[in-house]
Order: sequence, then structure tokens, then C-alpha cells
Amino acid sequence: MANTAKKTSKLSTFTSANHPVRRMRRFREMMIELVLFLAAASSVLVTVGIVWILVSESLPFFQTVSLVEFLTETQWTPLFAEPKYGILPLVCGTLLTTFVALLVAIPLGTISATFLSEYTNSTVREIVKPVLELLAAVPTVVYGYFALIFVTPLLQKIIPDLSGFNVLSAGLVIGIMIIPYISSLAEDAMRSVPGYLREGSFAMGASRFQTSFRVVIPAAFSGITSAYILGISRAIGETMVVAIAAGMQPNFTLNPLQPAETITAYIVQVSMGDLPHGSIGYQSIYVAGLTLLVMTLMFNVIGYYLKKKYRESY
Amino acid sequence: MQQEVRNRKRKDLIFALAGLFSLVFAICTLLVLVLDLWTTGFGRIDYNFLTSFPSRFPAKAGILSAWVGSLCVMLVTAFVAIPIGIAAGVYLEEYAPKNWLTTIIELNITNLAGIPSITFGLMALGLFVYKLQLGQSILTAGLTLALLILPIIIVTTRESIRAIPGTIREAAYAMGASKWQMIQHHLLPYSAGGIITGVIISLSRAIGETAPLITIGALTFIAFLPTSPILHEAPFISFQWLKDSFTVLPIQMFNWVSRPQAEFHVNAAATGLILLLLTLVMNGIAIAIRYRFRKKIKW
Repeated sequence: MANTAKKTSKLSTFTSANHPVRRMRRFREMMIELVLFLAAASSVLVTVGIVWILVSESLPFFQTVSLVEFLTETQWTPLFAEPKYGILPLVCGTLLTTFVALLVAIPLGTISATFLSEYTNSTVREIVKPVLELLAAVPTVVYGYFALIFVTPLLQKIIPDLSGFNVLSAGLVIGIMIIPYISSLAEDAMRSVPGYLREGSFAMGASRFQTSFRVVIPAAFSGITSAYILGISRAIGETMVVAIAAGMQPNFTLNPLQPAETITAYIVQVSMGDLPHGSIGYQSIYVAGLTLLVMTLMFNVIGYYLKKKYRESY
Repeated sequence: MQQEVRNRKRKDLIFALAGLFSLVFAICTLLVLVLDLWTTGFGRIDYNFLTSFPSRFPAKAGILSAWVGSLCVMLVTAFVAIPIGIAAGVYLEEYAPKNWLTTIIELNITNLAGIPSITFGLMALGLFVYKLQLGQSILTAGLTLALLILPIIIVTTRESIRAIPGTIREAAYAMGASKWQMIQHHLLPYSAGGIITGVIISLSRAIGETAPLITIGALTFIAFLPTSPILHEAPFISFQWLKDSFTVLPIQMFNWVSRPQAEFHVNAAATGLILLLLTLVMNGIAIAIRYRFRKKIKW
């Protein structure tokens, strides 16, 4: 800026677009914009990197194993002497855990969100919401410990023949963990429903309960769907809780009282051991990862269409 | 008619109780979790626990290599993710033209936040460890976690910049400021509260992240510290520690909780308590900063 002060006597030349100071400044601005752009574009490179690595590292796998075997075989034992490569047990374990988690998280999350949005004032909300969000901040490995050491023994008092590692306690704990994801987003969606819709409903004599369930929730359905989808994505991708508490045996079952292995837990299990680059074990974690990514993507696409179909605008 | 009104009021009350119950249930779970870790683990935390290496004997084992490892990895993560995240946020909010490229970048950031964290670990194993030959090192771990938290920093940066009214920008331009001067002297300082909140929350997320680091091959038994960054002879500073193998607090905890002996579970609880308090304190600070800034600035 000291430079500019000296040049003020030649104001007319300084204001001209080709003056060196102006050119310098333009150049600097351009460079800054370029750097900022590269930073923003780098996030795309991350996605490209993920897809590229996952696909390229799992392609060799399908030279040994046919896609049909991969999708229909009911055993997953890639590291055994007689290996079987059926992804179904892992997919089944993942879906079962997610289902148990959602059984907890969707009712509790939705009810909390409705209660916070429709039944309380802003002071209570300001206090309760951050506390609830702390639930999502707890490291997942701590939740794993909690599920194994605290929840499972507690459940065993109610269900005596529950095995030490089981899907039920892992699923329940994941469910509690994702409550804040669902309640927070769903509450935001309900808050953004305009007040006059509520007032109209109250004016017709509807109670708070009727207004919440017949006016506000249908109007906020699109936002609530994204909340559910985020919850589902979290539950599918959750790793440490299932790795610790659900046991690590691929088990083709729909019984939540038994141990099972999810896709994520399999990846952890194999990664814990020695893993030579290019071995079938190494390829199998990439295939598992790719399956996981495809599953997450599928739920997101479904969510996207639901959101579009039920979007209401005012 | 009166019966109907009474029915509706009763339903209202029942639902309010259900709402209260779900909130209390969620918050009580958090309390029980903290209490459980506290009663099991608190007695185990002492000077020796913090300054010993892991050991086969539960009573002698400590978390020295784990907390030093966590600190080193966090340093790398913060160093990479904070500048890139803020720069990307500023670009998308202030510079980005409305075109297909911007749309792709924005969609992509939303999607990245929903990708399971373990896939980041798989990507890092293939790309950083094998293709770029960075090894199963602190540098690889730091980069992996940086990519993982990048979306959080970008989104919070954008939100806090967006909250600044356009009049501020126009006033700066009217005084002859260039675009970057306007951002540097006005937008960044005014949005600092929100950005710092986002950064702290994202780092608290990274410090508890376990799965991607196991995937890239972090070891669970490390009985040495990374190379010291300070040398006794010229050039006095060494970056050798970036290439060292490491373990972190959550992996150490996972290792102990996976063992059958109850004594190791006590160690796991102690580590978990430290980890939990770290994240809760970081989140508390973030909430406090957000609250103060929101009170202080009124446009």
C-alpha cells in the first residue's frame, strides 16, 4: 500500500488498467483465485481416488472368482485352505446390524425431533441439542467397549441364551449413536416448515399432536428422509462397534442373538493381520469395500428419489 | 364433543411424555457410558500409565506411544486439512461461478460426508502406502484423516462466511479493496468463530477415528517413540518422525478391549475415558466459542 501512496501524484496513470501496480495486483488476485480453486477441486480428486483405487484393486479378484459365485455362494472364507467367496453372509450381517440400529434410532430420533421442534421453546432447544449432539461425538471405539462390556451382560440377564458376541447389542448401541444425526437433521427440517401452516391447523381446532403428525411431518418429509438416509449410511459404514461387539465370524443368519460379521468388520479383521500387497486377502478387502460403497450409494440414490418425490415448496 | 377434546389432550400429553422419555433415554445413555468408564478406568490413570509403553503385563502397560502417536497424527491432519478446507470453503462461497464444475464440486462434498470412513482407509492403503510408497507411517495416517475431515471444515467455513451480510463486502469494495483484501481483512476475521468451531469439531472427530487407521496397517504394539523432531546438530530440525510407524489412542484401546483378560479391559476403560474426555472437552470448547461469537456479533 505504501507503493500506492507514492503514485497518487500520477493518479491518472495509476487508474489506467495497464499500470504496473494494477497489473501486479490483478496477477496476485488471479494466483490467489487459482490456489483457492485447486483446494476446492482437490475434494473431487478424493472421490476419484476412492473409486479408482477401490475398482482397480478389486478387479484382479474377479479373475479368480466369478461374479456369480461372489453373489450367490453362501460362505465367505477367503483365508481358509479351501476358500469360498460368497459376499452374502457379510451383506446379511451388515443389513441385520443396520436394521436393529434403525429400529432404535428412527423412532427415538423422530420422536425427539418432533418433541424438540413442536413441544418445546427455543431455550430448551438451545441446551438440549448440543448435549444430544455429544452422543455423536463419542469415539466409536468407546461405543464398542460399551456394547461389549456393559450392554451385552445387561441383555444377557434378560435373554439368557444370548451369545457373548451378538448383533443385537452392537445394533442397539449403533442405534443410540445415530439418534443425534437423525434428530438434529429432522428437527431442522421441521423448524423450517412455515409457522402459518401450524397456525392454520391450530385454528381448525387440531391439537399439537395432530398438527405435528398430519401437517408438520408430511410437510417436512423430504428433509426427514435425508436425515434417515444419513442415519442409514452411518449405520452401514459403522465399523468399530461391530468389530468389537458382534464377533468376527461370517454367519449367514437373520438371528440377531448370534454373532455375525459385517463388511466393515471383515476389513478390520483382515487388516489386523499381515497383508501382502496383491494377495487374495488384500484383494478381498477391496472387493468388500467396493460392495460397501455400492450399498451406501444405493441407499443414497433411493433417498434422493424419495426426497424429490415428496418435496413440498411454499 | 368434550370427550373428543379430552382425548386429544390426553394424546398430546402422552406424546410429550414419549418425547421427554426419548431425550432422557439418549442423554442417560451418555451419562451411563461416562460413569461406566469412570468407575472402571479412573483408578488406572496415573503417571506410570501415561509414561509407559504397552506391555504383556496389564499392570505395567501404558499409553505413552499411543498418545504421542495421536498427537503427531493430529499435527499432520491439522496442518493439511485446515488450510485446504478453509481455502475450498472460501472459493465455493465467494469465487465459484454457477456452472457444472461448481455443481460437481458441491455435490461431491455432500457425498464425501456420507462415505463410510473405512473406505478412506482402503483408498489410503492403495494410494499412499503402495502407489506413493509413503509407508504405514504417521504421514499416511495424518493425510488419511485430513481427507476424512475435509468436508466438515469446508461446510462450516461456507456456512460462517455465508452468514456475513453482503453490505460488508460492498463497503470493503467501495473503499477500493480487491477481492482478496476484502476476504482477508473482513470475511475471514468475522467468520473466525464459526470456522474455529468447525475445525475443533472435525479434529475431535479425527482423534477418535479408528477404522481407517487400522486399514492402512497401523500397528497395535509399539514400544518406541517417533524420532525426535529436534536434533542436537545442524540442521536441528528433522522430519524423520513423519516416516515412523505409530499407534494411536483408539487403536490401543481396541487392542486391549479385544483381549479376553479383564485386567486389559481396565486398561481399555482408562484409555477410553481419556479419549472420551478429550472429545467432550473439545466439543465443549467448540460450543462455547460458537455461543460467544453468536452473542457478540449482531449485524
